[in-house]
Amino acid sequence: MLPELLFFYFAVAITGLSLLVVTRRNPVHSVLWMLLLFFHIAGLYVLLNAELMAAVQVIVYAGAILVLFLFVVLLLDLRKEVEDEPYVDGWPVGIALAVGLFLAIGFMIHTFEPADPGAYSIEKVQSLTHSVAVGEKLYTEFLFPFEVVSMVLLVAVVGAIVLAKRKLKE
Amino acid sequence: MVPLSWYMALSAAVFCIGVFGFLTRRNIIIMFMSLELMLNAVNINLVAMSHYLQDIRGQVMVMFIIAVAAAEAAIGLAIIIALFRNRATVHVDEINEMKG
Repeated sequence: MLPELLFFYFAVAITGLSLLVVTRRNPVHSVLWMLLLFFHIAGLYVLLNAELMAAVQVIVYAGAILVLFLFVVLLLDLRKEVEDEPYVDGWPVGIALAVGLFLAIGFMIHTFEPADPGAYSIEKVQSLTHSVAVGEKLYTEFLFPFEVVSMVLLVAVVGAIVLAKRKLKE
Repeated sequence: MVPLSWYMALSAAVFCIGVFGFLTRRNIIIMFMSLELMLNAVNINLVAMSHYLQDIRGQVMVMFIIAVAAAEAAIGLAIIIALFRNRATVHVDEINEMKG
């Protein structure tokens, strides 16, 4: 009973907070609601026995990405943003598309057929500890993608500096 | 035990809210946050699947998605800063330089 109750709390909170994020006029409020949303998603990961994912969610998403967003929002000084119209002209089309997509996925969910369970049962992950279980896969089977991701991050760092720096006077 | 389909429904709901935000908001920063919302919906789905199918690979994918999301946020926010410096607006419907 307790897992269901916790799931309901997290589901309601995550859905409500997502709606708050996309509907607030003030971008600073959006970012702060998103911070709360990421903590709730981390809670959901703990419920799914994925402690490492919960920690990474809080450290990388809430700690790094969101602070970046907050810096940019504060840097741009959007003081008159709260008086402007927040939605584009064709907003009913957007709502129709989103609702249609949700209904389409909703009707598809019951056709899902799970594959045979893999080697990492809940007991095995708990005895190995979660970080060891993820690390074993990450540094053996996924070593090459892991290196590619480090390259992607390097390109992102260089690209961000080049894009955001002020043009030098000739 | 919470059924897997509940997690899938939650993930679909968050993804569609992200789609809604991306298609309707004028502020390019909020559009970017909707993008992050959609990535998070996929992450919820992957972690839930990984737990219920007892395969850790799904969570390795989540690691990669988070890394790519961080790269995307850095590049995207740099583009927004460059855009704001040139046009002094963050509203996507006022940015139509490339329109023929």
